Amino acid sequence: MNAELVIFYLFSIFLIISSLYVVTSNNPIKSAIYLVFSFFFSAILWLLLGAEFLSVILILVYVGAVMVLFLFVVMMLDINLSEITGRFVKYLKEGIFVFITMATLLILFFQNQFSDTDKNILTEINIISDSNTKNLGYVLYTEYILAFEVAAVILLLGIISAITLTHRKKTNNKYQDPSIQISVKKEDRVTIIKDEDLK
Amino acid sequence: MIPMSHYLFLSSILFSISLAGIFLNRKNILIMLMSLELMFLSINFNFIIFGNYLGDLTGQIFVFFILTVIAAESAIGLAIIVVLYRNRDSINVDDIGKLKG
Repeated sequence: MNAELVIFYLFSIFLIISSLYVVTSNNPIKSAIYLVFSFFFSAILWLLLGAEFLSVILILVYVGAVMVLFLFVVMMLDINLSEITGRFVKYLKEGIFVFITMATLLILFFQNQFSDTDKNILTEINIISDSNTKNLGYVLYTEYILAFEVAAVILLLGIISAITLTHRKKTNNKYQDPSIQISVKKEDRVTIIKDEDLK
Repeated sequence: MIPMSHYLFLSSILFSISLAGIFLNRKNILIMLMSLELMFLSINFNFIIFGNYLGDLTGQIFVFFILTVIAAESAIGLAIIVVLYRNRDSINVDDIGKLKG
């Protein structure tokens, strides 16, 4: 039993256990933490598969940004937990049924189709160096440059839509409105008080 | 060398767990979004597995773009949840179905 196999089995078991916790936990904060763990374990498995750049990106972007966003929203919302807690037992039968059906179908499919697939069926076309990041950048900036720019536009779309959805205009700001200042009349500003009014 | 089918079994189990999670947490839209993230993770797993075992870098490029799209999607989804909570004071999935035609 070599080290690669040991690492694979260890981290796949960890990954499955933590993803089960994500699904079954009643507290959304706990699920978010376990989701962080499952991203971390799968990043390690991606390292085994030779995708070094993507595993680092998964930890940086997901654990660093998206999961923090999730935790912010979970903590900001102040959800009534008793409303949600204990409800999932109601759907336990359906959940187990869906899990067993889907897993059996997928595993049977992969068993039939890919059980004897060996490495390197195709010749390695787009490999220019040993570094995974260099290869990825080489392919990304030549062959997929249009898709790369579209991805940038999609991120811009995400920023704009998230801000416009959640932004609220302040109503108590103090500011000058020139049109009101110009159109002001004498009666609005000056009141003439006669001497007998004061008496 | 680990057989390719082992990785595929792992990703299919992950996908099934997250699909069952959507069914289990039918009340809580936040955990439904998290199950969606897990589902995307298993799909990305499949892309990387096939890319590695078939000796092609295109799988990793696809994962790159999928990660971009998921980041935008989860940001918009969470923004929608925040707006929903402001308007309805709950994120119960049953309360969302107010707009019946």
